[in-house]
Amino acid sequence: MTPLISLKGVDKWYGPGFQVLRGCSLDVARGEVVVVCGPSGSGKSTLIKCVNGLEPVQGGSIAIEAAEVTDPKTDMTKLRARVGMVFQHFELFPHMSVLDNLCIGPQKVMGRPRAEAEAKAMALLERVGLAAHAAKFPIQLSGGQQQRVAIARALAMDPVAMLFDEPTSALDPEMINEVLDVMVELAREGMTMIVVTHEMGFARRVADRVVFMDGGEVIEDSPKDDFFGAPKSPRAVEFLSKILQH
Amino acid sequence: MHGWNWTGFFEYLTNGYLFQGALVTLGLTVASITLGLVLGFVIALLRMSPLKPLRWFAHFYIWLFRGTPVLVQLIIIYTGLPQIGIRFTVLESTLIGLVMNEAAYLAEIIRSGINAVPRGQSNAARAIGMKDWQIMRYIVAPQATRIIIPPLGNSVNGCLKTTSIASVISMEELLRRTQVLIQEKFMVLELFVVAALYYLIMTTAWDFVQRRIERRFGRGFDISAGH
Repeated sequence: MTPLISLKGVDKWYGPGFQVLRGCSLDVARGEVVVVCGPSGSGKSTLIKCVNGLEPVQGGSIAIEAAEVTDPKTDMTKLRARVGMVFQHFELFPHMSVLDNLCIGPQKVMGRPRAEAEAKAMALLERVGLAAHAAKFPIQLSGGQQQRVAIARALAMDPVAMLFDEPTSALDPEMINEVLDVMVELAREGMTMIVVTHEMGFARRVADRVVFMDGGEVIEDSPKDDFFGAPKSPRAVEFLSKILQH
Repeated sequence: MHGWNWTGFFEYLTNGYLFQGALVTLGLTVASITLGLVLGFVIALLRMSPLKPLRWFAHFYIWLFRGTPVLVQLIIIYTGLPQIGIRFTVLESTLIGLVMNEAAYLAEIIRSGINAVPRGQSNAARAIGMKDWQIMRYIVAPQATRIIIPPLGNSVNGCLKTTSIASVISMEELLRRTQVLIQEKFMVLELFVVAALYYLIMTTAWDFVQRRIERRFGRGFDISAGH
């Protein structure tokens, strides 16, 4: 079976002297949850932004559902509409109500009528437990609530896969779980997910595979139990010992 | 010396000829700012274009029109250009001069507003599949508008007063009509004070309008404003 998302030998430079990604390859099958971890500066956030073409790459190929992200002929707006993305700093649109944040994509990108977009948006807000906040502006919500709205906004586009770029890194500790709970539920419903995170508890609960990156390279790509039970590379061992100390 | 004439003052305060002049001033301001915003937006986009010649052209335009007085620009357009066969009416010359000049200032204001919207916002919009023009229209422009309103307000206020410069090419706006009346009636102080009051009323009215616009675009940025 062909993977839903496939990265082959991806190279990326920032300027001529600094290579951030070195021959990164990664296959994600439909319904799979892959957690990407690694020390800061390892290139994991850059990698995930390359998947939907937010960051251009200089070498290798990336395909989603057999559409080549790296092919200039691909209609990137159509492709991006099919892949949901959640950012570290939420990036809700501050000048729109929560409801409008969820409706703008379906209305303007998919051409859905307002009533239909609104019905779907309300259902999604219900699902992330924020239906009562639909009329508020993002600034009136806590960080955890904003991130749940951001997840709902991505889901409003009926994505085939979801990309999470450190979704809980900017949150106060007491708000991390409300976001992770939504993500766990999503994973259990069979959503294909790539999650860049340091939340190893989340990885243990729902990941199928864990990818460990360091220095712009994919060092290890293993089933979750193998990764946590017997990491192969010394760098992964060292990383795990640092973040699992407490 | 013949002292201050209250009767004359109040008479001119309600003078239809002057009032119409004030309406012309208002009309020139609305037209200059509106067209200046359109042209300024285009210049701002050129200024941020990835193509060097376009950036260079925008830079040159801003440099030229911000670096020379409107008075000189108007005289060149109305009095100078006919010498090489290019003729504009008084109104055309006034509008061309004011619009070109406003556009140069507004382009810089608009550019700084667009640049002040965090990059993450366009990334988020791009990630849900929006096209570039949609990102500008629905995400960046509304947020940039909030940022540019205060400096834009300054421009509107300045433009209301700058229109008076068009009186030198005999544009019949408020100041020109004031001067015409002075030549007939010789009530120099009364008439100029009336003109000043008209300007003051218009700039004050704009202050109220600006505050309303600020509130409208400030929604979602101030915790207390959204409730």
